[in-house]
Amino acid sequence: MSERFDIAVIGCGVVGLAILRRLAMSGLKAVALEKGADILSGASKGNSALLHTGFDAPPKSLELKCMQAGYAEYLDIRQNLNLPLLETSAIIAAWNEEEKAKLEGIEKKARANGVNDVKQLSPTELRIREPQLSRNALGGLLVPGEHVIDPWSAPLAYAHQAIAHGAKIIRKAEVTAARFEKDAWHLTTAQGEVTARIVINAAGLYGDKVEALARTPSFEVKPRKGQFVVFDKPAAKLLRAILLPVPTARTKGVVLFRTIFGNLAIGPTAEETDERENATTDTATLEKLKARAIEMLPALKDVDVTALYAGLRPATQQSEYIIEADEKQNWITAAGIRSTGLTGSLGIAQHVSALYAKHFGKLPKKLPPPKWTPVPNLAEHAIRPYMKGGEIICHCEWVTRGEIEAATKGPLPAGDLAGLKRRTRATMGRCQGFYCAQHVSAAFEKAKHGAS
Amino acid sequence: MEHHDVVIIGGGPAGLTLACELRERGRKDVVVLEREAQAGGIPRHCGHGGFGLYNSWRTHKGPTFAKLLREPAREIDLRTATTVLNFTMSGNLRLHSAKGIQEMSAGTLVLATGTREASRAARLIGGNKLPGVMNTGELQQRVYLNHEKPFSRPVIIGSEWVSFSSLLTCRHAGMRVQAMITEEASLDAPGIFGLGARLVFGAPVLRKAKLRAILGHKKVEAVEVEQGGTTKQIACDGVIISGKFRSESALYADGFIEREGWAPKVTEQFKTSRPNVLAVGNVLGHLERAGTCMLQARELAKVMTA
Ligand SMILES: Cc1cc2nc3c(=O)[nH]c(=O)nc-3n(C[C@H](O)[C@H](O)[C@H](O)COP(=O)(O)OP(=O)(O)OC[C@H]3O[C@@H](n4cnc5c(N)ncnc54)[C@H](O)[C@@H]3O)c2cc1C
Ligand SMILES: Cc1cc2nc3c(=O)[nH]c(=O)nc-3n(C[C@H](O)[C@H](O)[C@H](O)COP(=O)(O)OP(=O)(O)OC[C@H]3O[C@@H](n4cnc5c(N)ncnc54)[C@H](O)[C@@H]3O)c2cc1C
Repeated sequence: MSERFDIAVIGCGVVGLAILRRLAMSGLKAVALEKGADILSGASKGNSALLHTGFDAPPKSLELKCMQAGYAEYLDIRQNLNLPLLETSAIIAAWNEEEKAKLEGIEKKARANGVNDVKQLSPTELRIREPQLSRNALGGLLVPGEHVIDPWSAPLAYAHQAIAHGAKIIRKAEVTAARFEKDAWHLTTAQGEVTARIVINAAGLYGDKVEALARTPSFEVKPRKGQFVVFDKPAAKLLRAILLPVPTARTKGVVLFRTIFGNLAIGPTAEETDERENATTDTATLEKLKARAIEMLPALKDVDVTALYAGLRPATQQSEYIIEADEKQNWITAAGIRSTGLTGSLGIAQHVSALYAKHFGKLPKKLPPPKWTPVPNLAEHAIRPYMKGGEIICHCEWVTRGEIEAATKGPLPAGDLAGLKRRTRATMGRCQGFYCAQHVSAAFEKAKHGAS
Repeated sequence: MEHHDVVIIGGGPAGLTLACELRERGRKDVVVLEREAQAGGIPRHCGHGGFGLYNSWRTHKGPTFAKLLREPAREIDLRTATTVLNFTMSGNLRLHSAKGIQEMSAGTLVLATGTREASRAARLIGGNKLPGVMNTGELQQRVYLNHEKPFSRPVIIGSEWVSFSSLLTCRHAGMRVQAMITEEASLDAPGIFGLGARLVFGAPVLRKAKLRAILGHKKVEAVEVEQGGTTKQIACDGVIISGKFRSESALYADGFIEREGWAPKVTEQFKTSRPNVLAVGNVLGHLERAGTCMLQARELAKVMTA
């Protein structure tokens, strides 16, 4: 059992999985260790799922570089992995003169960041594009390249591709201690010891804690919570673009956006918290979010709210990504990936792979051809499994029994009910389980026991 | 494309009764589309008694009642495991079944899709996402169909008469209800449970109280309730979010027909804003007893064959 890996990635969030994928595809023997019962148990389980151009990122930052590289690679590989793209564009809407005056500065910054197709919209142009938008909007800045993607299927596809290239993913494997001995790290996990030459810390909200297992952390994670309110599907017809606010010095503000699953959502808030595990919502904030959404898009008052959620950003005291290699300690840190990690993940993986090559050994020049592992599509605007028939179990999201069974099989079966929901959307619709929750959990239990 | 004289969406008490009555009145080409594997609607999983034909005093348990409904329905063209997904621009139905997606057109279309409870999300109840929070529908299916006991000390939110159905379900499963929490000033339920009750089946009733948050780590540990400007916590291990029924509006919420609140806007003759579209039963927006929905369906059959 003394299997020795080249690389052990700690954490199966979107960042860890993208890194695992890239290194496995580069021919390294890689393993990823995840504390949760399934992948995406941390920051990556609740976000806005926007694919960002980086138009408002700090100029020349590593974050910007990773976002833009990640964006490009996503577009490059998404068809092979059957990953969706909802081409929405974004509009930064100005609701008063002060905000309007700021649009020019935002436009300049976008151009400086290489996002050259931005364009100011007059109130009339805005109205033509978004007829349902409140008449109080005074104009906006169009960012054509901002889009919406599937926050769960993308990392799942990265995980599958990594496995196809020989990587191993071990879940329920919290790393609790690390010891460096004879050129390699020996990691103590809930599933036994794992030995690897290089460790990559991609532990997200626990980045500082995992760092402390090996070295003195140079940062501290200060989680920042974001709450969301999701409206039912008819709402998606009311808005085309992602509606961004003009940021103030204090806050980036909340976004109104269509989801890849055919809903419309508003969020996230930005609230400091000490909590790393449970992202709670609170009624007062939810009420405010809902009211703000209706204020911007008055027709929303006739649409029901179907879901509430909150996510935790792995923020640190610095806004920049913390990605560094420690040559002496055989350690790479990829932490503080705060609010752009879904977009940036593939770019971060490129960067980490370059750090590896620079510090820990050349990567093979000639690689075997990529093995593609397409995932089932969950996006509302593309072809979904139910369209081919089968028995629908979840009537709100039109999830079939076949999909649920498939999600409990294969090299990375759903580890828990929450993971099953992320893989299929079952019970995530408007009835929130009135009709199907019981069928879905029964089908899950049956498939799980049938499999083992 | 398949065409039928009358297409009824929903095989609950309202839809099945309408189909049978229409058949008796000589309308032969009637189809009922039901998305569940078995017709019968809500009563299928209401394991407690209280279902009567046309509000008669003879009552049955829900599942028995559903069976009684299905018997005469053997004569009709009932298609189960068939979901109406939505409508096309021209008003045709898009159906899903095991075979895939198919279109159908209807001379007259009847919506009999029932109601569902406002979810936790719709009520903006905050706190943690935890197992052990469910509505009456899920509770009943777990208790009566699966013989599960999802928790043992729940609180019940709501006081409409269906909340008492939750109470009965809890009693059946041997749970001890910790409190019944209602925003109303008085209990909205009939008979012995009526006005001013302080205890129901031994459980305290908190009136003019609003559930703000559901708390706990891996499972429900307490709820936070606001009452008269102060908040307090009540320990419990489950939350039943009941009542606040609203029409199952998924099919028409996008503007297919005009609405009044969540329900279709209808005339006294059950007509919606679209000439060939009618609506009957609980989809009209009130949670009525099954017998009342069936009376409505009979009424509609008369109108349709007059
Ligand atoms: C509200 C919100 C909105 C956002 N919106 C967007 C957006 O629109 N676009 C975008 O690109 N990005 C967005 N993001 C950012 C994005 O979600 C994050 O940057 C990203 O999820 C961070 O991923 P990660 O892999 O670094 O961390 P995580 O997802 O936290 O992954 C770390 C993993 O490590 C595991 N772990 C921790 N400790 C251990 C241990 N000791 N042993 C083993 N495993 C361990 C955890 O369980 C977890 O699964 C948003 C984030 C939030 C919170
Ligand atoms: C918890 C609870 C307890 C109750 N207790 C009692 C009681 O004790 N006594 C009593 O008399 N009444 C009781 N009722 C009320 C009674 O159940 C309803 O009045 C009755 O079921 C309403 O009939 P319906 O046909 O209008 O709707 P439903 O019974 O809701 O039937 C609607 C049907 O439409 C189907 N459907 C919906 N959308 C689609 C679609 N898109 N495609 C295909 N099919 C679709 C559904 O699957 C469902 O089968 C109770 C209700 C609840 C919720």
